[in-house]
Amino acid sequence: MHDAVEWPYPVEWDKTEEIDTDVLVIGGGASGCFAAMGAASRGARVVLWEKAATMTSGAMGSGCDHWEMAATNPCSHVTPEELADAMIRGHRGYNNGISHYIEARESYDRLLDLERYGAKIRDTDDEFKGADFRDDETKFMFAYDYVNRFTLRVWGTTFKRAMYRGAKIMRAQVVDRTMGAGLLTEGGRMGARVVGAVAINGRTGKFTVCRAKAVVFCMSRPTRLWLFAPGATGISEFRPPQCTGDGHAMAWRVGGSFTMLEKSLRGEWSGLRSFPPYSTGNNHNTWYACTMIDAEGRQIPWLDRDGNELKTVAERYRPAPGQKFYMKGGGEPDFPFYEFQGPETMPVEEAVKRGYKLPFYADLTSMPETERRVIWGMMVGNEGKTRTPVYAAYNKAGFDPSRDALQSYGDGWRSGQFLPQERQFFGIPGGMVNDWRLMTNLEGLFAAGDVLFASDCVGHAAATGHYAGRHAADYAAAHGSVALHQPQVEAERARLFGPLKRHSGLSWQALAEAITRVMQNYCGAVKSDDLLHEGLRGLEDLKEASKSLVARNPHDLLRAQETLNVLTNAELVIHSCLARKASSHQLQFVRLDYPEMDPPEWHRFVTVWKDESGVRNGSLPIDYYGSLTENYERHNQDYIRQGRA
Amino acid sequence: MTRVLAIPDQAIVDPITIFPEVCTGCNLCLHVCPVDLFLPNAEKGGPPLVLYPGECWYEGSCVDICPEPGAIVLNRPPAMRVNWKPRAECRPRS
Repeated sequence: MHDAVEWPYPVEWDKTEEIDTDVLVIGGGASGCFAAMGAASRGARVVLWEKAATMTSGAMGSGCDHWEMAATNPCSHVTPEELADAMIRGHRGYNNGISHYIEARESYDRLLDLERYGAKIRDTDDEFKGADFRDDETKFMFAYDYVNRFTLRVWGTTFKRAMYRGAKIMRAQVVDRTMGAGLLTEGGRMGARVVGAVAINGRTGKFTVCRAKAVVFCMSRPTRLWLFAPGATGISEFRPPQCTGDGHAMAWRVGGSFTMLEKSLRGEWSGLRSFPPYSTGNNHNTWYACTMIDAEGRQIPWLDRDGNELKTVAERYRPAPGQKFYMKGGGEPDFPFYEFQGPETMPVEEAVKRGYKLPFYADLTSMPETERRVIWGMMVGNEGKTRTPVYAAYNKAGFDPSRDALQSYGDGWRSGQFLPQERQFFGIPGGMVNDWRLMTNLEGLFAAGDVLFASDCVGHAAATGHYAGRHAADYAAAHGSVALHQPQVEAERARLFGPLKRHSGLSWQALAEAITRVMQNYCGAVKSDDLLHEGLRGLEDLKEASKSLVARNPHDLLRAQETLNVLTNAELVIHSCLARKASSHQLQFVRLDYPEMDPPEWHRFVTVWKDESGVRNGSLPIDYYGSLTENYERHNQDYIRQGRA
Repeated sequence: MTRVLAIPDQAIVDPITIFPEVCTGCNLCLHVCPVDLFLPNAEKGGPPLVLYPGECWYEGSCVDICPEPGAIVLNRPPAMRVNWKPRAECRPRS
């Protein structure tokens, strides 16, 4: 443990930098890098702000092992329309038809971009020649459904550097350690056109004011609303700690419209409350479709969607008789949906009832040799958080996949147990409402990746990022820039730098912990108007308390601002819950005061936003986006003419 | 202006060990760390300081980029150690 040290970076929090650009991208993860490339491809001047380090940051910065929904790859046997339809119907309509159609149509194009910038997307070293999951002509490798071949296995630890390189080659100005912290609107008015943003530098504290013709939000989904780990704050959640949903908070403050944020799941993964994803004996996602055995070495049966036992490993990778294709990983429905349901092992409870002995283990030793090598090797070696802390560490400690069985915890998927009030945004959660340009309800503000409602994985982030970047550039070309409203700039400066002016007070960690207490108590597994209003009062108390939030240096200031964003997001989520006066199984939303599940009149998107008079809500039809193919083609003629999509 | 200080966070984890005799102080780890948990050493060429260990996400980009093998090690928290055993030992207990 070190003693206190002098701050080693120049202190510049009394300085202001003013910049001007066509398109400002906020967030430099997968969606942000591609938004920068997409906007630059249309000739726009682009600035990208990243709070961390663009080369490695974002939810997939350290890697990924799948690329989903690549319906247009040459080996695919499904169409973008079929995949988007499965995504929508599999989630009973509560899904973003626009963004997932874009994903199905363009995510393969983004893979080719990555290859151009140096990423590895094919088995060019012929390590898996002849394997069932490999196409020997293109050298592409597939996961899950080997018949239909629309999810690729990829060497994702090479991806973030390629994205960074791509953004720089396309001449985007990439600015690291710079947190987009507030939006600026025309005339400083709520709900008006977005005309710029302000940022703070996490090393120097410098305040940057950017005037932009269009802004693209590429930040994460909200985290740490219900889960926080004092003393190990970095592993409070599934996503990285710097992913705090800053975009949601920034947009909510100026009138951005959101939907589906009433949906939350009982916790599935956090770093401290469970084992890290794919670090334990498992047969999902990275580990699909590994054989599982019980403590006495007996195989747990794999079943098809009708409950028939599968006799061979190969059958786990094929649709059932009469089934066109199945969905797994990205795109998998939250609840079984017969039409797209894939093979699964017998549920743990059922297996125990039949006499299988706990604990269970993942048994790579009995898998075909190429499957064993691709799981413990390529997949675990490339997934986001497994290359160094799992693959390298276990190998060093002597784990041998051809000899050893790796223990499973929980049901083999979640690797941990959570209480009902310990909730999380997982699967496809809520976010900003978008139109066919991926523009939000705020003129000039575009959204991609996890800022969008019903986002999921990296293929979605990359595809929607590039798309939002292109449309933001087109918008910028058609609209001039607008003078900033100086009183709004000054109000933002005062709000953001307050914690640095105090010498003692509340720490960001104490505030973070308190937020989760309010959310667990009043917005937990079961909701009611009374409890939710009590929750809003609790958050008001915390807002008051946060006026004594203290930061000693720019690093602490960033953490404090993130935590204030978490507080804002908590308010947004409670308002979202208040707006839906009905329970919903699909949204995992249980109201004590409106217990009827999924009454048909509530089968719609409930929207929430703020205006000068307070919080408002409205709704959109569940199919508000209309015909996918027609609308996509109407809005993307230039892209299609270039021979893409 | 008052002195600006950095005070180490109260962590229950110890994610990173830097071996000063191997580390050249190139600071590459510091440049790629997503949470910016390192600070540069005031002494040129000295190893970076791990000032905010509690913020580590354990993804290992510091280890991946380090040009000096063994200079930096990622320690898994004790709560995350998992079990494995030879497949042959999974057999009926009797």
